[in-house]
Amino acid sequence: MSVETILVFGEGDESGPSGLTLELLAAARDLATKVEVFVAGDGAAMAAELGSHGASTVYSTGPIDGKLMGVHAAATLQAHLESNSADAIFFGQTPDGRDTAARLAVRLDQPVVTNNVGASIEDGALVVEEPVFGGTQNVFTAFRNDGPSLALFRPKSFEAEATGGAPAEVVAVDTVDPGAAGAAAVTGRHVEERSGPQLDDAEVVVSGGRGLGQPEAYEMVDELAGLLGAASGASRAIVDAGWVPYAKQVGQTGKVVKPNVYVACGISGATQHLVGMKGSKNIIAINKDPEAPIFGVADLGIVGDVHKVIPALIEALKSR
Amino acid sequence: MKVVVCVKQIPDPALPGELDPSTNYLKRDDKLILDESDSYGVEMALQLVESAGGGEVSLVSMAPNNEVSGLRTALAMGAEDAVLVSDNALAGSDALGTARVLAAAISRMSPDLVLAGVESSDGYTGTVPEMIAGVLDMPSITFAKQIEIDGTTVKVQRQTEAGYDDVECQTPALVSVTAGVVEPRYPSFKGIMAAKKKPVEELDLAALGVDGSSVGQSGARQETLRVTDAEERQAGEVIEDEGDAHEKIVEFLGELKIV
Repeated sequence: MSVETILVFGEGDESGPSGLTLELLAAARDLATKVEVFVAGDGAAMAAELGSHGASTVYSTGPIDGKLMGVHAAATLQAHLESNSADAIFFGQTPDGRDTAARLAVRLDQPVVTNNVGASIEDGALVVEEPVFGGTQNVFTAFRNDGPSLALFRPKSFEAEATGGAPAEVVAVDTVDPGAAGAAAVTGRHVEERSGPQLDDAEVVVSGGRGLGQPEAYEMVDELAGLLGAASGASRAIVDAGWVPYAKQVGQTGKVVKPNVYVACGISGATQHLVGMKGSKNIIAINKDPEAPIFGVADLGIVGDVHKVIPALIEALKSR
Repeated sequence: MKVVVCVKQIPDPALPGELDPSTNYLKRDDKLILDESDSYGVEMALQLVESAGGGEVSLVSMAPNNEVSGLRTALAMGAEDAVLVSDNALAGSDALGTARVLAAAISRMSPDLVLAGVESSDGYTGTVPEMIAGVLDMPSITFAKQIEIDGTTVKVQRQTEAGYDDVECQTPALVSVTAGVVEPRYPSFKGIMAAKKKPVEELDLAALGVDGSSVGQSGARQETLRVTDAEERQAGEVIEDEGDAHEKIVEFLGELKIV
């Protein structure tokens, strides 16, 4: 067995493919001679950018409107694979990516390995790398199955890079009806307002955690972020507590960020949080507990009260 | 209305985790506890049954060594009964193997609604609930932050990157619940005492009619080649704030040309 063709499960919107999709293309083209993309949506709109990132073909179902995507994408993918084989399928670790991979795994009776941050080929088999215990150890797993290897990758695991290829050839794919299992209907969409720098690509991220003490104290995180041109983030603890929306969550179950500078305010550094931010180039941590795990990864650690340090920092930045 | 909640019993996340060097499986020698991620599913199920004016909440779990301590916690919260699948052949099961086993157990229970946490706190693959729905060929809605039952329709607010979607389908269906969306109740003393007498049916693979080779290590069809220590991020300077720490931060940001 060898890995010659990798199919990337492409996601995106009218503005083009997602950053994660392009990251997966970078990983796939390093490993395989043929890299193709399957889009459960409008793949044609993404063809130019997918091609410039190394995809030869994009299989496109056209818009899947009004339905929860995963089960439909998986049924269609299964039929697609009968005439277009792939040695491995790379998914981004997104809600739709997880749903599709899970449904496809059942349909194909093939294993899925999740949470990966790296991929290689060893002795002809796909080997994936998964960080465990908050990223203190890495587990390398080889696929030993007899069908496509299904792998889910965490965001920011690879560097997206355009190689200047021609637009990918667009091939229309007929959708396959999964029957009653596909009955979940999307009846409304609600988009939370997003303004200013976004967590995914901000140069600086300022995050707050339980150490802020109360929801109102998050305002100073926002103010500090504003002064630094930063995106504001949060630990799971204060998202779970309802202080800030889920979209701000940094960590295992939230966003993975790798900014130039990460400022952790009142965050202790639970494993759940560390895996989402310890790839940051520089980390500043402010916490009153000198034993907090966050200090183990901080380049500059301040043992102190966030309610004193942050206001002083805001004043100092304003007076510059 | 009958709700079945999938719950995982995991090693206490507050203790340092460890892989068994001979198998590379997560060590599960100590007492296992109810995964906090699943306590949200249990709470959601109890609330749905309460607002429906009746029904029952049953639990299903898969664990080695007939472990029930986590199940007892969920029973103490108010679930009626539980099914536990325990079998030596299950060691090394991956997400798909786990889903096959749980689906086999669930199909015997004929639920209107199956609830599960989005992902466990130890394995966090986030794929098992959707795979269970796949095995049962049942509609599913993942990442629910709010669930409402209206007759035979389940209406869900589904968390998305951008906000949330309204999604609905008919029961029977499976819904996975995101952490933090409800406040799991603390078991009362009365609940804890009652939980000791609640029925826990223990099944092995033979009783479920699941082929042992399709689960466990052989069913996983993957091999752990090696486990390496990650490159440690070096801790930098840690200083005690004496009223001037903010100056140190400004200086640091200046060196990085952020200010």
